[in-house]
Amino acid sequence: MITAGVDVGAKFAKVVILKDGQVSARAKALVGFDVLKSASDVFETALKDAGLSRGDIQRVVATGMGRNAVLQKPPINADEAVSEVVADAAGAFQVVPTVKTVIDVGAEEGRGIRVEGGRVKDFVINERCAAGAGTFVEAMARALEVKVEDMGPLSLKSTNTIPMNAQCCVFAESEVVSLIHSKISKEDVSKAIHDAIAGRISSMVLRVGVEKDVLLMGGVALNPGFRPPLEKELHTDIIVPEFPEFVSALGAAVIAANPAR
Amino acid sequence: MTQLQVKEYPSEPLKCWEQAKNLRKNYYEDYLRAHEKGGLRWAGGAWTFSAIPAGLGEDVYCITGEPYGATVAFFKDFAARCHDATEAAGFPRTLCAYMRNYWGSILLDKYILTDGTVLDGYPAPDFIWQDHICCSHGKWYQLVRWLEKKKGKEVPMYCVDVSVGYPTDSDIEEYKVNYLMEQLNDGIEWLEKVTGRKYNDRLFYEAVWNEIKATSLWAEICAFNQAVPAPLDEKTMYSLYVMGTLMKHKPECVSFYQTLRDEVAGRVKRGIAAVPNERYRVITDTQPPWGFLKIFREMEKYGAVSVGSLYTFGLIGMWEYKPDGTWSPRSIPPRKPQTREEALRAIVEWTIHKPEWAHFYLPELKTKMMTDIVKQWKVDAVLLHYNRGCEGLSLHIAENRFGLIQAGVPVFPFEGNMGDERDFDFAGTLARLTAFFESVGLKKLRE
Repeated sequence: MITAGVDVGAKFAKVVILKDGQVSARAKALVGFDVLKSASDVFETALKDAGLSRGDIQRVVATGMGRNAVLQKPPINADEAVSEVVADAAGAFQVVPTVKTVIDVGAEEGRGIRVEGGRVKDFVINERCAAGAGTFVEAMARALEVKVEDMGPLSLKSTNTIPMNAQCCVFAESEVVSLIHSKISKEDVSKAIHDAIAGRISSMVLRVGVEKDVLLMGGVALNPGFRPPLEKELHTDIIVPEFPEFVSALGAAVIAANPAR
Repeated sequence: MTQLQVKEYPSEPLKCWEQAKNLRKNYYEDYLRAHEKGGLRWAGGAWTFSAIPAGLGEDVYCITGEPYGATVAFFKDFAARCHDATEAAGFPRTLCAYMRNYWGSILLDKYILTDGTVLDGYPAPDFIWQDHICCSHGKWYQLVRWLEKKKGKEVPMYCVDVSVGYPTDSDIEEYKVNYLMEQLNDGIEWLEKVTGRKYNDRLFYEAVWNEIKATSLWAEICAFNQAVPAPLDEKTMYSLYVMGTLMKHKPECVSFYQTLRDEVAGRVKRGIAAVPNERYRVITDTQPPWGFLKIFREMEKYGAVSVGSLYTFGLIGMWEYKPDGTWSPRSIPPRKPQTREEALRAIVEWTIHKPEWAHFYLPELKTKMMTDIVKQWKVDAVLLHYNRGCEGLSLHIAENRFGLIQAGVPVFPFEGNMGDERDFDFAGTLARLTAFFESVGLKKLRE
């Protein structure tokens, strides 16, 4: 059976094509103003990489905050839309069958999910403020005048702990500016930012409890500066799978392959 | 989207709906026009001992603060103006949202009716009769006095301290009852003094008896929702329980609840559902975000119906644990009080068992009542509103969440505010609720 999962996130659209349980293609691209077009372009890329056409895909399941934009709308014509939480659980279970706790940090949302056999037991999502998510790192990178992909490696060079109290993205930027004016190095500020995000995410995840194995996914999992402070906060090892940003799309593809789940 | 086929129950609108609407409309208008009829106006909270001022005469009309604050909240444009006014006056937005709505209405010198009509001139009360259990109740009306004084009106205030704890398994200790009775008895003298009216004890006994009957009747009505399908949904119940928050001591309230009780009993007998596609039953907690009640309609798209809450059942409804362990409507005393002392004792002993007072003292009591509701009302999950607008009813709510989870109950917490829409993210909450329903295996039945 050939299925596809389309994860239309706040920043990126990701597509995974699954053939008999094996990934045959992955593709991602930025989501523009026209969400359907952005997602459709990524979908086309994935089809091309897999050497398939839309007609070859038996079922498509969409997830992500823009999932309804592609639900039963050509050319993707997703058959079903599921929430990120459900897709995350299914995807994480596919990647690490022993997973019990999933931490998904994307551009605008952070989620903690307790999983049992690929199904959601309990979950928590950050309320309103995106201060613990990827957009926050981007905003802080701008304030530090460094590339966002350099933020993680930069933070790993620091061994100092600079407390950052701000929980709000706007106020945190002011705090970063103050730290810069206080001649704190970019490495230390970057670490302080990652520590603050880890603190925020861990306090949220602890609300549903943490049990091993713990899997970190979402775009922020690509940031090498994020896992160490999170492991420290949660007092546990954390698995970051290959292609962590595709886990939700993978989950959607798995759900597509099991419509009677 | 594929339409899923599920069993549909028969449904029909409530026959007494118009009666409920008119009762509530008349309540606010009666307060407004009390002076035109030579009557008196008083203000106080929904939990105040409203049967006491009833002894001043049949032309005495009250306005209870929390329901008025909720009415303001329902009309979001007016609520925004009230918030602006209170914040401009220097009050922080972290305070009780009902209180801020109420103060805002006074500061704007506007009065809103139940249909959203905003009238010029806030009708000041002739006196304030309040009780104090939550951190805002007493202060609320001290500020009202102050605000009215600035407008040139002196409003005398009496506040009853009810901080005597909550009776658990043991009998109520006598000194606690006496403490409240003495305050109320002193309050009667105070009322005579500030109004210049002679107190009519006969009217007082009637009011006490009405309150006991009305609050037990409301519990009886809620108990019918144990039936599957539920004859009432919580969104509808909000428009019905409110009578108990406005006029629990009045014969109109008793009469309406008797009519409603009979109608709901009939619905259960005939299998009439509030929500035809009911297949998942939830309860909520604390006041809802009043400006966003449409969230209940969104839930129905999944076949989920809220059959009530400890809040809706127990804010006004009176309950007790029966010998078989069931949480049931409280049995009314064997006879109507015949003397002032009997009436004072009856209303104190009755009120002190108010379920929504319990968690001011012990969160475990609230968790127990909630888990018992889950069992008896055949509830699948609990939606907890972390209500930033009410410190009192949100007290310990995170502990209640833990208690429910430990009891094996799925819990969906969401943040919001009953009276200030700036603290509620409708789209975000809906997205999370969707995720919750999907996580428990529900699929959307219709758009």
